[in-house]
Amino acid sequence: MGEVHIKINNHFVTAEEGDTILEAANKSGIQIPTLCYLKNVIRSGACRVCLVEVKGARALLSACTTPVSEGMEVWTNSERAIRGRKTTVELIMSNHNKNCLSCKRNTNCELQRLCAELGIRQNRFEGEHTPPTFEDASWGIVRDTSKCVLCERCIGTCEKVQGIGILGLQNRGFKTICGPVYNGSFNDVNCMQCGQCVIACPVGALTEKEEIHEVIEAINDPDKVVICQTAPAVRASLGEEFGLPIGSLVTGKMVAALKRCGFDRVYDTNFGADLTIMEEGSELLRRISNGGVLPMFTSCSPGWVRYIEYEYPELLPHLSSAKSPHMMFGAICKTYWAQKHNVDPSKIFVVSIMPCIAKKSEARKPELLTGEYQDVDAVLTTREAGRLIKMYGMDDLDALEDEEFDQDLLGEYTGAGVIFGATGGVMEAALRTVKQKLENKTLERVDFMECRGMAGVKEAQIDLNGQKIWIAITSSMTCAKPLLEDVRAGISKYTFIEVMGCPGGCINGGGQSIVSARKKHGRIGYTYKDRRMKALYDEDRFKQKRVSMDNTQIQQLYNDFLGEPGSEIAEKLLHTTYSPKERFTIVRK
Amino acid sequence: MAKLNAEALGKIDLIVAKHKNQAGPCIEMLHEVQDSLGYIPFEAMEKIAVATGTSVAEVYGVVMFYSQFTTEPKGKHVINVCLGTACYVKGAQQLVDRVEKLTGAAVNKTSPDGLFSLDATRCLGACGLAPVCIIDGKVYGNALMGSTFTDEIRRIIKQERGAEVKA
Repeated sequence: MGEVHIKINNHFVTAEEGDTILEAANKSGIQIPTLCYLKNVIRSGACRVCLVEVKGARALLSACTTPVSEGMEVWTNSERAIRGRKTTVELIMSNHNKNCLSCKRNTNCELQRLCAELGIRQNRFEGEHTPPTFEDASWGIVRDTSKCVLCERCIGTCEKVQGIGILGLQNRGFKTICGPVYNGSFNDVNCMQCGQCVIACPVGALTEKEEIHEVIEAINDPDKVVICQTAPAVRASLGEEFGLPIGSLVTGKMVAALKRCGFDRVYDTNFGADLTIMEEGSELLRRISNGGVLPMFTSCSPGWVRYIEYEYPELLPHLSSAKSPHMMFGAICKTYWAQKHNVDPSKIFVVSIMPCIAKKSEARKPELLTGEYQDVDAVLTTREAGRLIKMYGMDDLDALEDEEFDQDLLGEYTGAGVIFGATGGVMEAALRTVKQKLENKTLERVDFMECRGMAGVKEAQIDLNGQKIWIAITSSMTCAKPLLEDVRAGISKYTFIEVMGCPGGCINGGGQSIVSARKKHGRIGYTYKDRRMKALYDEDRFKQKRVSMDNTQIQQLYNDFLGEPGSEIAEKLLHTTYSPKERFTIVRK
Repeated sequence: MAKLNAEALGKIDLIVAKHKNQAGPCIEMLHEVQDSLGYIPFEAMEKIAVATGTSVAEVYGVVMFYSQFTTEPKGKHVINVCLGTACYVKGAQQLVDRVEKLTGAAVNKTSPDGLFSLDATRCLGACGLAPVCIIDGKVYGNALMGSTFTDEIRRIIKQERGAEVKA
C-alpha cells in the first residue's frame, strides 16, 4: 500500500492508499462525529453526519465513504462543515420521537450526544413523522422504529457478525423502516436473540426487554425468597455503567450493591459453571469412551443453542445435553437448597444477572422446565442491573466497600468458573477438570494458553493422559459456520468444540454495557474486549482453587444430593433436550 | 401462513434455476415470479435468498421497495386505471369509482371473490387517449366514452360468475 499525503484542518497527515477521510483522520487522532459508520460492519454513508469540506469539491462530502487522494485538503470543522452537520442532525431529529426522558438510552445515546455537542437548542424542523412500529413480542428484544435513525448498523451486524441477516430496510423514501420481514417480531424469524444489534444501535430503537419491575415486586413480596446470581462476565463490565474504566473488576462492589437492593441471597453463577463442568466434562468422557456422537459442542450459550436449532437441526445430537450454568444453578436452588433450608420451592424467586439477552428467552424455554417450576424466574442484563442499583440510590459504585458472595451451600467457586465469561474459557475450564480426573493427580499447570485470546477460531491438540484429542474454540456464528459445515460433511477432526454466540464470548454479550462507536473507533478501540477478558483471567489467577472438581461445595452437593455426574437425578435437573425450530413462522399482518 | 401448493413451488424452483447465473439475478427472479404467480409468496423470497446468497430480509426489502411487486395474491383479472395528470383531468377518478362499484375491488386491492385486482398506475404514456385503462394487458382508450370498457368488465363477470351485473 502506498502512502498518500493530505492535509486535515491545515495539519499534514500521512494516510494509506485506500483509506477513507474518516480512517485517515481517526489514525491521526482527529475525531469526526458519526452516527452510522461502524468499523468492519457498515460504511453506508447513510446518516451524513460525518460531512467535511474538501477543497475543490462543490458539496460537503461524507468522510466515511470518500477515499483520500494525494494533495487533498480537508476541513472537518470549518463553518460550512459544522453548519452542514448541524442541519443534518436537525433533520434526523425532526423524524425522531425525542422522548429522551423515558428512553432506556437516555444519557447513553449517540444522537443525544451529537445534539449536545453541536449546540442544538430548538426543534428546527417540526413536521411529519414516519408511521412507527413498536414491537416487543419476544422475550429479549424491543424494537421502536420511532427512534430509529436508519443507520443500518443492526443490519450490518446481523449479517457480518452472525451471518444471519434478520433485519432489513423495508418500504421506500419517507416510509422506510428497519425490521424483520413483514415488519414482524423477532419471535417469528430465525433470530438467535444474541443482542449484538442492540449494542450496535446508536439510539434507543433496539433495546432489551426490561424485567426490573418484576424483580422489585418479588424483592418486596414478604412471601418470596429472592435469590440473585451473577454471571462471570457481568463483573468485568458493570463498572462501566457507573463511569469506571473499561475492564474494571467490580466483583466485591457488585455484591455489596446487590445485597443493599434487598436480595435474600447473592450467589455467583460460577458455582453453576463449576457444576456445568462436572456434568459436561463427564458427558464428554462418556462420549469418548462409549463411541458417542463427536465432536461434542458446548451448550452454555443460549444464542448459539437457538442458532443450531434453527440452522443446523441435524447437528443437535452433537450438542451437550448439559443446561447452561445459570439454569443449573436455578434448578439446584429450587431443590437441594430449598430442602436444606426447608423452604417451599414455589416461594423461591431466582434472578439471574447476565451479560446476555438470549438468556431471557432461555429461562422460558419449554424444554428447560424442571417439573412445574421455571429454574430461573427473571433475567436482568448487566445494563438493567446497573439501573436497578442506581434506582436504589447507589450511583457511586466505587464508593462501596467490597463484600463477599453468600457462602452457604452454593457459595464456593473456582477460577475455572470465572473464565466462563470469555471465549475459550469453557474449554479451558473443562480441560482442567477432565485432565485432572483422567490423570488422577493434581495438575501442575492449569493454564491452557492455547484457549485464550480473541481469535475467531482457535484450535489445539491436547494430551489427555496419553490420548491426544483436537479441540476447537469459536465465537460468533460467522466464525462457527465453517466448523459446522465440516461437522455436517463428516470431516471434522475435533473431539470437543466450544461455541459462544457473541464475538469474544459473554464479555461482549448483547446485555453488557454499551461501548459507543466513538470509543470503538478511538484510542481504546476494539481492545475493550481484551480489557474485560483480562479482568476475568486476573480473578482466576488469584483464586486458590482453579479446577472445578476441587470445589468442596460441589463435592458436597454430589455426596448429599446428586450422587455422581450423569446420575438419574442429575439428568433430570441438570440436563435438557433440544428440538429443531422452524425458521420463519410468520403470520401475515 | 398457508403453505404453497407443489405446482407453485415447482414454478418458483424453475424460475430461480433459470436466472441463478445471471448478473443481478434477484430482480429478474422476482419479476418472473410476480408474472407467473401474480404475487411474491414468502417461499419464493426464501428460495431467492438462498440462491443469491443474500438474507431473506434483503430480498423482502427489494419486494417492498418496488410498488410493482406484491406480497398478496392478485385477482384473476387485473385492471389498471391510469391516474397520470392527463387521465386524471379527463375523469379517471370516475373510472376508478365505476370499477370499484362493478367489481367490488378497492384501489390497489383485490375483490373479496378473488376475481379482480384494481391498480391505480402512474402515467402509461398514452395521454392522447386519456382516460386510459388496461384490462388483462389490453389497453382501452377514451374509456369514459361509450361502454366498451365497462362492457368488457361485465362480460368477464358474466363469464366467471355466470350472472348479469347491473350498475
